[in-house]
This record gives sequence, structure tokens and C-alpha cells, in this order.
Amino acid sequence: MLKNRFASLQLGFWTVTSVVMIGVVGAIAFLRFTKGLGAVTNLSDTFPWGLWIGFDVLCGVGLAAGGFAVTATVHILHLKEFKPILRPTVLTAFLGYILVVCGLVFDLGKPWNIWHPIIMWNPHSVMFEVGWCVMLYTTVLSLEFAPVVLERFKLDWLLRLLKPITPVLVILGVILSTLHQSSLGSLFLILPEKVHPLWYTPVLPVLFFVSALAAGIGMTVVESWFSRRAFGKPIETHLLSRLSRVSVVVLAIYFALRMRDLVARHALATLFPLNSVSAMFLAEIALGVVVPMVLLAIPRFRESPKRLAVAQGMVVLGFIFQRLNVSVTAVEAATGRTYLPSAMEFLVSAGLVAVGIWIFLLACRYLPIFPEGAMAEEQRVGQPAGAAEAKPVSRLPDAVTAFDHT
Amino acid sequence: MAYRGILVDVTKCIGCGSCVEACQKSNQQPAHDAKGFNEQTYTFLMDRGNDTYVRRLCMHCETPSCASVCPVGALRKTAEGPVTYDPDKCMGCRYCMMACPFGVPTYEWYSAAPRVRKCQMCAHRGAAGPACAEACPTGATITGDRDELLAEARRRVASDPKAYFQRVYGVTEAGGTDVLYIGPRESKALGLPRVETSGPLPDLTWNALKHIPDVVLFGGVFLGGLFWLTKRKEDVARAEHAEKGEHHA
Repeated sequence: MLKNRFASLQLGFWTVTSVVMIGVVGAIAFLRFTKGLGAVTNLSDTFPWGLWIGFDVLCGVGLAAGGFAVTATVHILHLKEFKPILRPTVLTAFLGYILVVCGLVFDLGKPWNIWHPIIMWNPHSVMFEVGWCVMLYTTVLSLEFAPVVLERFKLDWLLRLLKPITPVLVILGVILSTLHQSSLGSLFLILPEKVHPLWYTPVLPVLFFVSALAAGIGMTVVESWFSRRAFGKPIETHLLSRLSRVSVVVLAIYFALRMRDLVARHALATLFPLNSVSAMFLAEIALGVVVPMVLLAIPRFRESPKRLAVAQGMVVLGFIFQRLNVSVTAVEAATGRTYLPSAMEFLVSAGLVAVGIWIFLLACRYLPIFPEGAMAEEQRVGQPAGAAEAKPVSRLPDAVTAFDHT
Repeated sequence: MAYRGILVDVTKCIGCGSCVEACQKSNQQPAHDAKGFNEQTYTFLMDRGNDTYVRRLCMHCETPSCASVCPVGALRKTAEGPVTYDPDKCMGCRYCMMACPFGVPTYEWYSAAPRVRKCQMCAHRGAAGPACAEACPTGATITGDRDELLAEARRRVASDPKAYFQRVYGVTEAGGTDVLYIGPRESKALGLPRVETSGPLPDLTWNALKHIPDVVLFGGVFLGGLFWLTKRKEDVARAEHAEKGEHHA
């Protein structure tokens, strides 16, 4: 009973926060679209890409990487035991991409021209590739997520249409993700003298892909743990533990690639003399890669879902650190220019994340995201013992009232 | 005119500012002090001391990074030489500003429909060529065929080793530019950006982009194969299971 009240309180907190956030973001949007980017951001001619590119776009896309990893595990490798986490992961990826598009609408100078790459081609531009990947993969993700909505509204004939093309969609999704994750790294290849040697490398696209994979799996574990707390959904610890073993391998590959590249380019010497730039690098590698890799490799450590979530949270934070280091720290260090995001830039990014979490929670309430029985179990807790038995078990909660009482 | 370039001879510049004035007029900007690149300023003069004045403008690279990175082809290297910009195509990603090794493109940060701003070598004047060269009273800025200008620059540098630092700026920088500089001191002392990459910068990107068709082709075959193999394993297991069931019955 108490737990249930806590859960609804939590949702109330999120609802209020999200409404406030939407209001604030709306006001900033008004300023930005009437007075220009300069009125709300600290961007300048010498620092044209800031937080919205470094966090909203680079991290948003990366954190969605769990989507292609898990769909491939279930649908291509046919490891069906991972099915319970498939839908929440695809939802996360889908929301991640929607938020990337929202971030782009804020960041692009003329977002109403966002469709131009469809007819105005420049295949030599990485941004052209990025644009196409965003468009195509958002479409693929919406089709991958569509069955959830179709099931909810019992549109069986549409479901039957989608089913046979699922493998094609999944394969397309993996290829598009591979291209997209790596191309975000390729964006910086043309700036050999504007990115600090600790981060600039010809293998940036590979590093971006591997680190996105690690972050995607990390995000899946964190979000499973989060939903488990919010909804008491029965995600088994052994699944998260197995995923985390994969993380260890991915992190090890990343670490080996990163170190080998730094040694080959004789870039490690630029770590000295130690300064804030080397501190950022060390924090990224130590706290975001090495420590979680070692922790997750210990079998006893993996027994607790909470500890798994903490270590994977470090992976996710380390990933965000890496992206911001490439896009901000390394550029500052190489060019001597400085940039600190404005409060409004922070608020928009935070607002978009809040809206994302809010939609995730809403979807979890009203759509069949979790495996059968999860919602039913929660509903039983909230009702007198007799009522649950009398009522047919439905995966849908008692709609609006269940959501709004705070 | 085959391929237009601009030659800036710093030793001839007296710092009168005629080029700046002509530039502003040609681009229909209100007359103003020019201290650095901004949305209203495509060229400006730097006072480097000892009566040395160095003007900055877009270098009009031979293989421009800005045009290479522009996803919609709003920036373009024209056949005549200038790198031009079409605001109607631009979606405002500002990758050009990130990519330019010379820090030239600027942005209308306080506009609701912002444009990238930079020197377009007065492409709108057509055969008349850049207004700055026309306005320059001392011949510090001249325009003409790029190859001829380069030959002229080398001739001047070689003929007077005392007056000129023995190097033409813009030959190797970022794979070569159509704006060339010669002057009394090395480029860094003149305040020109140091660009060490001597090959075309877009090649760095192309080294990654060229692998895309292979990723799609072999990725598709590999994943399709994995799908087929593991599915078959599953089918076989299911069939075996069914068979066993029958025997038991």
C-alpha cells in the first residue's frame, strides 16, 4: 500500500516537473524563434556548436543504441530470453530519436529547411549522411514500436502486415545505427587542428560506434532498473547480469582501441603537463570505462540489480563525458576558445530529457510495454484482495484516475 | 578569366582601408569600423606594427571544407573560383563554421531567419571581379587568374629576398587557396591562421564516408546470414522436439 502511494507520488512529482519544464522550454523556444539563437545561447562565431549538439544530438543518438543491440539480439540472433526488455528498449530508442529531432529543431538556424537533404544532395558531407540516418532510422524505430500501439488498439490486420517485414526492419535498423553512430564521430574528422590530440583520431567513427554500443546496453540496464522501481515490473536480474557481461567485453574492446590509437599516434604525451584537459580525459577513461568494466566483471557484483544499475550508470555518464569532451573540451583545448552553455541552453536540454522520461512513464502506463502480467501484478497491489480476483486481468490500469491521484 | 584568385602583397599595403570600404559598399552593408569577421564584416585590416597592415578575407580554398561539409550544398565552389553561399538552401547546421580552418564564416546570431555570412569574392559582380581589388590604390590587393597570380607572387618573393619572407601563404594551406599572401614576415607574425594540413581537408572525411556502401552491403549479408543460421537452428530444434513428442504419444 505504502509502496503504491510512493509510486503515484513519484509520478505526481514527474508530472508537475514536466509541466513546469514544458512551460519553461516553450518560453525559451519563443525567444529563440523570434530573437534568434544569440538571444538564448552562448554560441558564437568562434564556437558555433554547443550543448545542444554535444548533448542532445550526440548523446541522444548514442543512448538510443540499446534499441538496435537488443532488437538484433532477439530478432537476428534469436535469443528469445531477452524479449522482456525488447519493448522498453525500443521505446527508449524511439524517444531518444524524437528528442534528437526536437533538439535539432532548437539548434538548427532554419529548422523549417530540415527536409532539404532529401532533395539537395551532397554525399561528401557527413552531415548529409547524419540527416538521412536520422530520417530513416526514426522511421524504422516507429515501425518497430508500432506493434505496441497496434496491439493496444487491437488493429490485428495491421499487425499481420508488419510481422513478415520485422526481420528486414531489424537488419535495416542495425545497419542504419552502425552508420549513424559512427558518422557522428566522422563529423569531427575534418577538424584535425581544432580537436585536441587526446580526442582527434582517424578512428573516431569506430570509437563512437563501440562507445555507443556500451552506452546503449548501459542505458537498457539503468532504465530496466528504473522501471522496476517505478512499476515493480519483473525484469529478471540474470538478464541484466548477462547484458552486463556483454558490456564488459564491449568496454574492453573500446579501451583497447582507445589506448592502441593513443599510443600509435604518440598522443599520450599530450597528457602532460597535467591540467584540466588531462583531468577530463582521465575522468572519462577511468570512471566511465575502466572502473565499471572491472566492477561488472566481478560475478558477485552482478548479483545485485542496484549495483548493476550504478555501474551501468557510470558507463552512461562516461559516455556523455566522452561526447562532451570531443565536442567541447577538445575543441576548447585545441583552439583556445572558451564556451560555457547558458542557463537557457541547460534548461532546454534538461527539459527535453524530462519530457522524454514523462512520455516513457505515460507509455508504460497505457501501452503494453512490459511483459504479460507486470501491470496486472501492480494493479493487484492497489486494490482490495477480492476485487483483483473478481476482475479479469487486464494489462491496462484504470486509466486516468490511476495516473492522476497524487 | 579562367580561375579567379586574389593576391595580397602585404609589403604594398598602406592601411588606408579602401578595400574594407569597397567591400561594405559592394555587399550593401552600412559603413562601419571593421575589427574582425562578423555578420556585417567580410574583410578587415589588422595593424601588425611597423606600418604592416594585413587584411583578412575568405581564402576561397581550392577544395573548401565548408562546401564539402554542407549537407545541402548551400556553399559551393564555383567553376570561376569563388566559394559562394545560397541562403535559401541553408538549414543552419553551422557545420561550415566548425569546418573552416581559417575561421571565416560567421552567423546572424540575432536573426529569426539567420544566414551564414562570408566574402563571396563579389561573385555578384561577375566579370568585374572583387570590389576590394578594384578599390586598392597601391596594388596590395590584385585579382586575376590564380596560376598567373601565383607565378607573380613567386617572382616578387624571389626577386627581393630582403623585402619578402620566402614563402607564399595559400599554396599548401588546407590543400591550397585561391587567395594568396606574400609579406615581409612569416604568416604567423602577420597574424594569419596557422594551418598545418597541406592536403585537402575533405579527404579526411572521405576516408570514412567511402566505406558506407561496404557497410551496407556486407552488413546486410552478414546480418541476414546470422538471422537465417540462428533461425534454422531454432526451426530444427522445434522440429526435433515435435518429433519426440509424437514418438512419446
